[in-house]
Amino acid sequence: MEQLQFQVPSRAQSQRRDAVLVGVVGSGNCEVLLETASSDAVCLATVHTAAHGFSDIWRRVIEDFATRCNAGGLRVEINDVGATPAVVTLRLYQAIEAWESGYA
Amino acid sequence: MRKGYYEASARDRIRGVIDPGSWGEFIPPTERITSPHLPLLDQPVAFDDGIVVGAGRLNGKDVLIAAQEGRFLGGAVGEVHGAKLVGLIERALKIRPSAVILLLDSGGVRLHEANAGLIAVSEIMRAILHARVQGVKFVGVIGGSCGCFGGMGLVARCCDVLLMSEEGRLGMSGPEVIETVRGVEEFDSRDRALVWRVTGGKHRYLIGEVDMLVDDDVAQFRAAIARAIEAPADFSLEGLEREHDMLARRWSRFADANDARDIWAGLGMPDVTRMALMSTEEFTRAAENVRERP
Repeated sequence: MEQLQFQVPSRAQSQRRDAVLVGVVGSGNCEVLLETASSDAVCLATVHTAAHGFSDIWRRVIEDFATRCNAGGLRVEINDVGATPAVVTLRLYQAIEAWESGYA
Repeated sequence: MRKGYYEASARDRIRGVIDPGSWGEFIPPTERITSPHLPLLDQPVAFDDGIVVGAGRLNGKDVLIAAQEGRFLGGAVGEVHGAKLVGLIERALKIRPSAVILLLDSGGVRLHEANAGLIAVSEIMRAILHARVQGVKFVGVIGGSCGCFGGMGLVARCCDVLLMSEEGRLGMSGPEVIETVRGVEEFDSRDRALVWRVTGGKHRYLIGEVDMLVDDDVAQFRAAIARAIEAPADFSLEGLEREHDMLARRWSRFADANDARDIWAGLGMPDVTRMALMSTEEFTRAAENVRERP
């Protein structure tokens, strides 16, 4: 397993919640846990992945997510079993939608 | 709108079964109580170790509920996974809910955790039987993609009431295990129709192992669980002896059967070749007078 950490700027998320969990730890898939972090201006991401050597791609996926969504003040933690960047992106969008709508 | 139970996640199933707004999870994913064994094998963990446990209400009645996530390691029981379930069952002795509902979806023991998983399964069975003696009611539910096999198949049959969809499967050794151990002549695990004939809900209902057959729909599962909570529970010595009689009867009549179809015909089920095509309603009507019961 490889552990990666990112801290990227993002617009503040106004909705307050304890946590949201989406996805599943299965082959080609991942689970995403969103929680409240301290700083409103950044998104903190921790990734535990079974696929080694993809930190550049992970950084781009997280940065893209933080640019498109209001992820400031959120902590993202991912358990990954080789999900493709597209699947990770969908899971991140699903997580933020669950956070904003309250359905998770 | 119909929402399939088979493909729903563990959390979706709980959401669909209990009253809206009544849910409180014990040891939620934010606590990160994850498997201590998987990191030693360089394997990924899940924040909830593949099982969701908590309290809620069903039609206003207090229930404790657990749901296994079949898509994480096949819903297999590891040390933490099992401990969460045992803890939930022990809590039932304190709070005395109307029922403990187990949404089972599991291939059995998590082999990565070896003895810890085996011990967990025996602890779950002991906890259920201990609680049943003291009057706690258990409703087992099978309808997920992993079915319910191995140790969890035993756990399922420790419940007071068991309900199942045709798509769910119940057994001790799973099809691949039987084929590996006894050869493809004994059981061809790639023959899907055979697998469902032998382990599927209709067969288990006919031979008296399952009390209710349910359509693959979350709302219908909720309605059936509500009925199961109301059904009388019997954990008397006489009840167990009746069950043993049923098993002895099955052995004496069907020990030589080569296929579930032989058993259906032997029980007097009409139109055996059409059985797989019947709707749940048509099937339960046809089975009413021939199905085995303890």
